[in-house]
Amino acid sequence: MAPIIQTDGLAKDYHLGPHTVHALRAVSVDITPGDFVAVMGPSGSGKSTFMNLLGCLDRPTAGRYVLDGEDVAGLSRDALARIRSRKIGFVFQQFNLLARTSAVENVGLPLLYSGVSVRERHARARARLAAVGLAEREDHHPSQLSGGQQQRVAIARALVNDPAMVLADEPTGNLDTRTSIEILALLQRLNRAGLTIVLVTHEPDIAAYASRVLLFRDGRLRSDERTAAPEDAAAALQALPEEALA
Amino acid sequence: MTILQSIRIAVRSLRVNMMRSMLTMLGIIIGVGAVITMVSVGAGAQARVAEQIQSLGSNLIIVLSGSSTSGGSRLGQGTQQRITMDDAFAIAREVEAVQVAAPSSRGSAQVVYGNLNWATGVQGVTPDYLEARDWPLVDGRSLTPEDLDGATKVLLLGQTTAVNLFGDSDPIGQIIRVKNVPFTVVGLLARKGQNSWGQDQDDIILIPLTTAKQKVLGASRSNPRAVGSISIKIRPDEDMVEAESQIRSLLRQRHRLQPLEDDDFFLRNLSEMLQTQEESSKVMTYLLAAIASVSLLVGGIGIMNIMLVSVTERTREIGLRMAVGARGRDILAQFLVEAVTLSLIGGLIGIALGLGGSRAISYFAEWRTVVAPQSIAVAFFFAAAIGIFFGFYPARKASRLDPIEALRYE
Repeated sequence: MAPIIQTDGLAKDYHLGPHTVHALRAVSVDITPGDFVAVMGPSGSGKSTFMNLLGCLDRPTAGRYVLDGEDVAGLSRDALARIRSRKIGFVFQQFNLLARTSAVENVGLPLLYSGVSVRERHARARARLAAVGLAEREDHHPSQLSGGQQQRVAIARALVNDPAMVLADEPTGNLDTRTSIEILALLQRLNRAGLTIVLVTHEPDIAAYASRVLLFRDGRLRSDERTAAPEDAAAALQALPEEALA
Repeated sequence: MTILQSIRIAVRSLRVNMMRSMLTMLGIIIGVGAVITMVSVGAGAQARVAEQIQSLGSNLIIVLSGSSTSGGSRLGQGTQQRITMDDAFAIAREVEAVQVAAPSSRGSAQVVYGNLNWATGVQGVTPDYLEARDWPLVDGRSLTPEDLDGATKVLLLGQTTAVNLFGDSDPIGQIIRVKNVPFTVVGLLARKGQNSWGQDQDDIILIPLTTAKQKVLGASRSNPRAVGSISIKIRPDEDMVEAESQIRSLLRQRHRLQPLEDDDFFLRNLSEMLQTQEESSKVMTYLLAAIASVSLLVGGIGIMNIMLVSVTERTREIGLRMAVGARGRDILAQFLVEAVTLSLIGGLIGIALGLGGSRAISYFAEWRTVVAPQSIAVAFFFAAAIGIFFGFYPARKASRLDPIEALRYE
């Protein structure tokens, strides 16, 4: 199958005064549709830089990056914004929902910038909310939702424009164990339905749920391993001790 | 993203910080309100001057008798009756720019009707006088050349005199006594109001000049044809200054004045004086508007200040919006629309405040105020312009944020 993400010698340098920091050096990797990739590495390993480049939030210093058949490495800021709007869904550690704004409007936010009519925006946002199991919370504001529910709203928002991939940056970093596994179960379910997911984490426990792990160190891709039998979050949830349910 | 959606987002984010939005708007409200109120005060003063010009008669030049010298003391204007009705006729005949030249003599007299009496001004005039002064009748007839030739005992009644003698009843055809001479009221003059120095121009009766000389005011023995003044109306489109100098040289010639001798008459171009006054009240309007605009400017700076705070506070929101596909110009539009919405709502409230303010000033200070529709339009336009001008910098700052940095902002 043709890769949905293809990087070739991707590199990013930062200039701090007279010093040049090589945040990322010549990373070449292919990700095929339906992959569930965990990006791991200690802080300073380059995984955040890699993630920003994959998410079209930043432009590489060198190298090629083809996303869903489109070479995006040399695009302008505005063109990158269009790519983000059409092909990428973001999930953040901090959820980043708009306060004092209902769940359904938060989910519809990306469509505001892709020229979708108000009515269709609402219809699609509602459908995505239902898909993450929050149909009856449409009108709740983020402050009225639990952390796990907020993250599910954020996942629904990432899905609303039918992206080529979802980039999740430490999506469970602010959640307790049980809620983390619930979120992972949701991501696994979406992945089995064909969604490509790139998950950035520094916790091996979390990475164990992915089918492929990319390990970064000192700006280089150190290892790229497929996990034969990734953990099943739904099963892990069943196995959790009863008292954790409380 | 459509403009309508931008406005909805803007209104929502303004409502979130209701108190802050209100305080920010207050600057614009006060600014716009002050501009409208001040301009209405200035425009009111201008309207008053324009009215005075109207009441005086347009394109009017008045010739007054000059001063006489008696034993080395100059006795002041009008003490020497050197100008005559013949001067008036000569001016009308020989100066082309002149439409009419009406000689008149003024005095005062006690007038009596039934058991009422009233001291009023008496002016002996020719039939041309009303035309020269742009003074219409509301009832009855005007004076005729026959009245002048026959020195008939008829009079035209000013509004104030009419009210004092007749109250509400019809004065036409009634007989009133002026210095014990019975006169028939043949016409009622329209109200002319105060002149520019506050004198009531309606407290008057007008009688034929000949009658005045023979029966009421008397004539000087040395110069029986002398008059107090000549009211000259210059044709529209003629140059007032040029006409004035022609009249002057004609009079000097008729009075046989030597080149170095002083004029024995005064020429007053009253409309010109009032036009100067109009100019100065216009300048006052501009000055008031300029001072009030300063507060509008301060209001604009307030908007910029708050928008900058807002951009900083909402850095993460901006980052998120960019991450999900907002381009720089979408963010720019969002914040610009927000600033303009603030200034426009403030502008509307300010217009209401300005209308109320000018009402209050005309009510309490009893000044005339005029709110022109243009000044409302200009104020509204300026409010919008201030929103754009002062909102642009914060909005551009927001639009240029780096999404990565913005998302990481705590």
